Amino acid sequence: MSHFPRRSTGSSARREFIRRLMGVSLAPAMRSVASGVSVLFAGGSVAAAAPAAAASTMAGADYGRLLILVELKGGNDGLNTLVPFADPAYASLRPRIALRREELVHVSEREGLHPSLAALQPLWQGGELALIRGVGYPRPNLSHFRSIEIWDTASASEQYISQGWVARAFAAHPVPRTFAADGVVIGNGEAGPLSGGGRVVTLASTEQFLRQARLAAPGRARGGRALEHVLKVEDDITQAARTLGGGELLKTQMPDGPFGNAVRNAAQVLAGRGNVAALRLTLNGFDTHQNQPGIHANLLRQLGDGLAALKGSLVELGRWDSTLIMTYAEFGRRAQENGSNGTDHGTASVHFALGGRVKGGLYGEAPRLDRLEDGNLVHAVDFRSLYATALQRWWGIEPASVLDGRFPQIDLLKT
Amino acid sequence: MARPALAVTLGIASLGLCGAGWAQSLTAVRAASDGASRSVPMGVADARHLLGRVGFGPTFGEVDAYARLSRADAVERLLSDVKTSAGAPPPAWVNEPPTPPRSLREGSVEQRQAFQQQEIRRGLELRAWWIGEMLAGPSPLTERMTLFWHNHFTSSQQKVRFVHLMYRQNLLLREKALGNFADLLHAVSKDPAMVIYLDNASNRRDRPNENFAREVMELFTLGEGNYSETDIREAARAFTGWSIDPDTGSFRWRPFIHDSGEKTVLGQKGNFNGDAVLDILLEQPQTAQTVVGKLWREFVAPDFNREDDRGEVNRIARVFRDSRYDIRTTLRELLLSQAFWAEDNRAALVKSPVDFVVGTLRQFDVRVSDAMPFALVTAGLGQNLFSPPNVKGWPGGEAWINSATLLSRKQFVERLFRGDEMRRTDAGMSMSASGEAQGEARRDASGQGQGQGTAQAQLRQAQFRARMSRAVDETRFDGERWFRKLEDGATLAGNKGSGNAVRDLSLERFVLASAPVNPVPAGVAGRERLRLLTLDPVYQLK
Repeated sequence: MSHFPRRSTGSSARREFIRRLMGVSLAPAMRSVASGVSVLFAGGSVAAAAPAAAASTMAGADYGRLLILVELKGGNDGLNTLVPFADPAYASLRPRIALRREELVHVSEREGLHPSLAALQPLWQGGELALIRGVGYPRPNLSHFRSIEIWDTASASEQYISQGWVARAFAAHPVPRTFAADGVVIGNGEAGPLSGGGRVVTLASTEQFLRQARLAAPGRARGGRALEHVLKVEDDITQAARTLGGGELLKTQMPDGPFGNAVRNAAQVLAGRGNVAALRLTLNGFDTHQNQPGIHANLLRQLGDGLAALKGSLVELGRWDSTLIMTYAEFGRRAQENGSNGTDHGTASVHFALGGRVKGGLYGEAPRLDRLEDGNLVHAVDFRSLYATALQRWWGIEPASVLDGRFPQIDLLKT
Repeated sequence: MARPALAVTLGIASLGLCGAGWAQSLTAVRAASDGASRSVPMGVADARHLLGRVGFGPTFGEVDAYARLSRADAVERLLSDVKTSAGAPPPAWVNEPPTPPRSLREGSVEQRQAFQQQEIRRGLELRAWWIGEMLAGPSPLTERMTLFWHNHFTSSQQKVRFVHLMYRQNLLLREKALGNFADLLHAVSKDPAMVIYLDNASNRRDRPNENFAREVMELFTLGEGNYSETDIREAARAFTGWSIDPDTGSFRWRPFIHDSGEKTVLGQKGNFNGDAVLDILLEQPQTAQTVVGKLWREFVAPDFNREDDRGEVNRIARVFRDSRYDIRTTLRELLLSQAFWAEDNRAALVKSPVDFVVGTLRQFDVRVSDAMPFALVTAGLGQNLFSPPNVKGWPGGEAWINSATLLSRKQFVERLFRGDEMRRTDAGMSMSASGEAQGEARRDASGQGQGQGTAQAQLRQAQFRARMSRAVDETRFDGERWFRKLEDGATLAGNKGSGNAVRDLSLERFVLASAPVNPVPAGVAGRERLRLLTLDPVYQLK
């Protein structure tokens, strides 16, 4: 795998991108995007407003294919996730927290997965798990908040965009109104890549959502943007609750813990009649500055067991071949361990892509521990290459209608 | 929490509004007070609007008292009621000497963990103290402005860690909440929690840290686009030396790490120190615009995109500057502006979680013996006091409402107004918001995620959650008492026998900031009527 060439970030290209964004998603209701209201009110006019470039690919948007995004919140330590054990620099940078070769899940002659990820071994062996190494971006920002904003909005390091990248895809290529919702966010928090548009439902528990949805009070009224927003959320809830969830009970055993719980809720969402185009799950706690080994092992066990259970549910539902699961995080960790048996904020990291149509294997580049910059790994794959791949090769959307610039796609999906 | 039963002018007769619809009532009220005469009482609708914006969910008593005042007198009274210190006693530990930052740095892993646990506990107590003050304090405007500054000059317990310092910062914001902005800026820049939060403690001549210099320009004063990267670098040099005493946790000036060389900031050259740079920032007209723009979004409307609104913001920003940054003068100007009272701007703002929770408890006179569970509920709804999400603060406005938070809000009022038999069925479930909040508070306070929890810690957490859940569960709306007050009020206002329709309308006008989206059918009365009104989309607005 090669380094991707640095793309030009010329200001005219930037202006063109912003103009296109405005044309696609802001024109119907300028303020709605900035404020997180969707293009719901614009209805069909979104398509009408879309420029020719986007319109030409509209027919291709295939939201029958589900995208599940899993955020590893806090910044996952890639070096202890997919361990480059054969590189002597690895153990010397991490005398206290390095993992030994013999405890790893075998992946290649030089790398192995953290033992807590053992549940992913069958996926790896079945060729359904892609490990994309060295994912990051140029001029990395080490602040949690800013860096996750960059990932969520698919912006460049110094570029500020208020709308999430998936929300932009939905704005440019609307999800059919027959879907229960455009996307579902499992948890109480921010919508991340789904924020700033679309019919997005946030729920902490599917059962609770369905029980409480009767409290929603949709209606029509004239009022300011605040009332418009509340009415939209009431309406989104009511619509989603009509067809989401409520299907048969799944047999797949769900792991304990918050992530297992999130996976259970995701599976319940999908078990109903209603369809959604995207789901977002979060696993918290990767900011492992102190006492990393135990904490990280626990997190990765939750992740591995949770993803395996997610696969189990999707297979039961007949959705495994029409689902792409991708992980992301604001950054990886520093190559060298710190003085507290942990790691500080870093840059590039390994990410997972899995699903029935994923071509398993190693992608990107093994970490170059001999070529650190300020103690940090240099990225090999721009994260927007993963987004471009999902947009084009999964949903059939022209990436340029969503992303600012061209990013080489990764050949990790079966056609 | 008990409030004296006061006369309630919710009744409509005194305003001549019998049978009138909402819009008409508002117009009538507006016409009455557009005379601007000091002696014209503003009436119920205006009083409710004003009190809902400057405080939290006004009580009968407050609406009644203010309805009799003119707008100008009402604003004057609010401004003169402002306090500079809190009424409720703070947690006892504020009087103990704080943990010295030095001892922590040099302590063992066990000591650090014990400290972390202690600070998490204390952080919760501090939140409960503040919520308590919002619920029962004598001047809701003081709390509103203290919260406003907390969200302007943000600091978070997550990073600061020493809860003592968060408490002291709150005292500072409170003391100067309606004082002088220039004063406040200088003071908060040297506030120990701020010095830690924006890394000025590690800003040294040989190793400058630009964090504070950047945020003071971008967020506290000038706003983005009104300074250059060079200005930030130069200003950062001026702020070197503002640090923390490792033994007391107080501010400490360290001349030996200060860069005393010449700097150029916004075109001015000199051997500036930090105070001199702050004065340069205060000279710029953009500073007043940044602050007044934020005040506008807090009190008046979600934006000022319209030409005349922009003009008004500029005018008030000039007043702010001409008064040498007198906050009281500026707030008076804002609250007496036409825009503040404009019909379009009624029910135009989304209630924050604090507005929603504290406001509901106040508006329905709910007695609360322990405020901590409600601090957790507001956190679960997205507003964890003392822990804003980042230096920009809570984004607020429409961002407060998504399907999860909206349903949690509705569940909260649903539980208040449902009868006892309903309470049990949902017990424990709807606390998930606050349960997660507690987890969040833990993560926040410790700066790291779960995983460190031993089985014992998890058990303690579960027990704590159950206790908080029970407390919210046991919170009662005393319908009998509340409706009696309403009736008494109507009687006093001369509305006796004026009929159900009038009573329904008066109830609606007290509960909601504008007409409901889904009118409650006539004949639905009492508790059930309140339940439906609070489930209406308009109940999310103020």
